[in-house]
Amino acid sequence: MSRAEVIQRGGEIAGARKVSPLWTFGLLRSELITTFRRWRTLALLGVLAAVPILVGIAVKIETGDGSSAGGGGPQGGGGGGPAFISQITNNGLFLVFTALAATLPFFLPMAIGVIAGDAIAGEANAGTLRYLLVAPAGRTRLLLTKYATTMAFCLVATLVVAISALTVGALLFPLGDLTTISGTRISFAEGLGRALLIALVVAASLIGVAALGLFVSTLTNSGIAAMATTVGLLITVQILDQIPQLHAIQPYFFSHYWLSFADLMREPVYWDELVKNLGIQALYAAVFGSAAWARITAKDVTA
Amino acid sequence: MAAADDGGKAHMAPYASDDSTTAGEGEDLRAARRRKAARYVVPVTVVGVAAATIGLVPAIADSGDPDLPEITAQQLIEKIAQSDVQQLSGTFKITTDLGLPDLGGLESSLTSGAMGSGSGDGSSADPSAKLTELASGTHTLRVAADGPDRQKLSLLEDAAEYSLIHNGKDIWGYDSASNEVFHGTAEESQGEKGKGRTEEVPATPKELTEEALKAVDDTTSVTVDGTAQVAGRDAYRLLIKPKQSGTTVGAITVAVDAKTGMPLKFTLTPSSGGAAVIDAGFTQVSFAKPAASTFDFTPPKGAKVTEEGELDGAAPEHGGAKSEDELRKEFEKEFGGPKGEGEQGKAPEGGPEVIGEGWNSVAVFDTGGEGVPSGAEVGGDMGGFLDSLGDKVTGKFGSGTVFKTRLINALITDDGKVYVGAVDKDALVKAAESAK
Repeated sequence: MSRAEVIQRGGEIAGARKVSPLWTFGLLRSELITTFRRWRTLALLGVLAAVPILVGIAVKIETGDGSSAGGGGPQGGGGGGPAFISQITNNGLFLVFTALAATLPFFLPMAIGVIAGDAIAGEANAGTLRYLLVAPAGRTRLLLTKYATTMAFCLVATLVVAISALTVGALLFPLGDLTTISGTRISFAEGLGRALLIALVVAASLIGVAALGLFVSTLTNSGIAAMATTVGLLITVQILDQIPQLHAIQPYFFSHYWLSFADLMREPVYWDELVKNLGIQALYAAVFGSAAWARITAKDVTA
Repeated sequence: MAAADDGGKAHMAPYASDDSTTAGEGEDLRAARRRKAARYVVPVTVVGVAAATIGLVPAIADSGDPDLPEITAQQLIEKIAQSDVQQLSGTFKITTDLGLPDLGGLESSLTSGAMGSGSGDGSSADPSAKLTELASGTHTLRVAADGPDRQKLSLLEDAAEYSLIHNGKDIWGYDSASNEVFHGTAEESQGEKGKGRTEEVPATPKELTEEALKAVDDTTSVTVDGTAQVAGRDAYRLLIKPKQSGTTVGAITVAVDAKTGMPLKFTLTPSSGGAAVIDAGFTQVSFAKPAASTFDFTPPKGAKVTEEGELDGAAPEHGGAKSEDELRKEFEKEFGGPKGEGEQGKAPEGGPEVIGEGWNSVAVFDTGGEGVPSGAEVGGDMGGFLDSLGDKVTGKFGSGTVFKTRLINALITDDGKVYVGAVDKDALVKAAESAK
């Protein structure tokens, strides 16, 4: 946080001494602008946008001789690579699903971890948190603003992946009617609708990580420590989710149902796990959101 | 929330530190600290409420067994027989726990090995390859049927699905993970091959029940054991219990829909106790006509299509293929439940001899081979797998290896005879000795 940013914020504060709902929007707007103007954020988004480009080019090169990706190998099982990869050559829209499946386990939550971990601890680290608290917004509202900003980043990051994938898919591969994984056919327009729905579900899948990161961020005054802890927790949970002996607790991991977004490509849509996923995300948001609230409102802010 | 804001502001004094406070301020601070600690009650409460909800909601939702008029076992079986459900769609969950060692990655290498050598140029969309996967673990299936000509069975996988669609004279298998299509025609499948297949792997409750009811004789008790709720429908529970000892089958429970007479859930518990060996049932079911588009299938552009005939011709005989095939057959038999022996008579390779009766029947195959290959012969993961399952026994018949699961046990003697049945080890040895 630079001095200039503080002054910019200060300017907004001066304009709204009286605590009004509008002021929250002012704070939110200033937060959003600050977050999305950072080079760090732009670099993260750039990396995310690059993933579908790489996947698309790789598939294009691999299938240049007419074979299909994923399947057709000696295994014939199509086990390799992220979900949907074998369909990309026939329909570029599938690149959206593949890209989301490829980025959801790690790239996306890591980016969220960086943003969320930095939200409070970064301000504290830079010594700007107390200036923010001098404003008559109160700590709760500041926290809510920070959380809203993080969630906005979840959505933007997911859409960046999806749009980049759609663009690359349209450039490199044919588009048209597509076959759902249940074997039925849907029109391209409906496919696009489902892609958008999937992007929203993927963004919603990140709510839990965002809440967790925000809570960790309230615990420390070091932005780096908060980011590292959040990303470390993410990796730990992902590893634990692979250990069969822990199957009893795995359904409560925030990442356990992440790939359920693919169920939206079934016909009819299989809702069970999607609902579980959203429920888990809401639970994490409630638990770690309230824990973050308890922490930040009780914290001695010295920096 | 307002209180929280106030609290926040009250303690914003940036440089407040415990060391520099006087006694009176210390009192205040302690009180303040208690108030702060009290905030953590909120997340803890959220966790508590969530835990309680997760724990209690299923219990509350389980509104007890429904009240249904009394019915005899005979009437209930008739109800099943008369059941004429033509149209349905639903979600079906099947859990198979044969007590095999947790195969983990080996399972896939086993199946890919078996499939790979059995059908080198085969297709992952081949139905028989897919359906054997059901023999272990938990799987979710979707079924839809509209009359005898149109059915669809989908096996839900992670971000993929395997669909088997029967529409008119076409039978399509579509594996979305590899984008491969298997195509067969219904005429053929009504012939020997297709029939064998359905009997090998009875997947719907109706078929499972019919298999079990074939066994109703002096050896078996069949009773109606109250009622239950299955997939939101009221159902009778039909309890089938072997009267004989020596079998590994403890009891079979079939939940039968009170309205349509359609079996909704099938549970097989082993005599050794513990979790059910097979637990298969609808989690959601509707008897409305499924949308016609459900059964429409055109191979997606670029998909690899395998015709049924090609696959059979392509199956080469590999040296190591036999043992894998045997294992695969065992899987299928296990899946077929205790009455597996019955169908073996129709199995392609020669009719087996059956020793014993009822639940204690033991089927005998003469493979004419060298018996089971030892782990070292097969080598690799497969070898370790065989050794870990085997249990050396000797008797009047010579010596052999007993392969045990929680339901089906098999004795493979060194001279190549195979004794298989839903019986315990002693009964197998006895059967082998009586055969000599």
